[in-house]
Amino acid sequence: MKLSSEPPEEIRLNMTAMIDIVFQLLVFFIMTFKVVAMEGDFTVKMPLASVNQEESMEDDFPTVINVSLASGANGIIQSIIVDDDATFSDPNTMYAQLTKVIEEKLAGEGNPEEGKETEVEFDIAPELKYRYTVQAIERVSGKILPDGSVKKLIKKIKFKDNSGGA
Amino acid sequence: MPKFAKKKSSEILEGDLTPMIDMTFQLIAFFMLLINFSEVDRAEEISLPSSVLAIPPETRPDYQIILNLEPGGSVKFQGEAVPTIDGMGPIFRQEINSANREGVSNPGDIAVVIRSHQDTPTGLVQRLISKCQDSELQSFSLRVKNQ
Repeated sequence: MKLSSEPPEEIRLNMTAMIDIVFQLLVFFIMTFKVVAMEGDFTVKMPLASVNQEESMEDDFPTVINVSLASGANGIIQSIIVDDDATFSDPNTMYAQLTKVIEEKLAGEGNPEEGKETEVEFDIAPELKYRYTVQAIERVSGKILPDGSVKKLIKKIKFKDNSGGA
Repeated sequence: MPKFAKKKSSEILEGDLTPMIDMTFQLIAFFMLLINFSEVDRAEEISLPSSVLAIPPETRPDYQIILNLEPGGSVKFQGEAVPTIDGMGPIFRQEINSANREGVSNPGDIAVVIRSHQDTPTGLVQRLISKCQDSELQSFSLRVKNQ
């Protein structure tokens, strides 16, 4: 049997069509790409009234800290009142003072019994701008320590129902 | 008269396209992984309040409803604007039925994510929560921009 001595032919694929499609895909993804800022959540538990009663009995009445946020003109925060016995109205320090009072109250309770966790109930003026509310929620949720770590304070946050006044 | 050099037969110049194709495929893979088709849920015109302590959600809940609340009280849900909070009732019922079909039978297990503009009066946020509670929704997250 005689073998062919000719060198094998080089097979060449036409890449043009594939490159065209690939570039179209690339352009599509580049055009639709959008840089989105990171978002986070504050969890608020708002159980229904009947469920709330059952849970309260199970939880052996958790300690509740009442925080009132009062609004001034144009929905700007005017004062923060904690448990009707501490009022802060200096806009530069009121949030820091709120954190301090919450810390003191938690420290005063020592180690809470199992299932008896402290919660904060916010009573917020309906016209108060949402940004001030979030700032207050942030300040009772925790604080950033000098080393950059986060000290958690309150986990359970509730709103007093002021929805009818808006 | 100058004598022109005899024209040589033209050769097809072929560069090596392999690195370019490699890079292009890598770019496509990169953009494909980062593309987010759920943009319709979040209204970009809403300026969220910012916080350093808000926790980015680690796991996606079994079923979630994202409500975008504007300062005037209109709610944007899945790209459609509902002019008043009171008009959200039928949408909530529809979503509860939809969650039920997907195996979330208890409305209390549906996660309601509220994306409210930072200048919205808090009373409107509370009214929206109250409206959700009328439909037995109980689990709420207030979404903020993470600094």
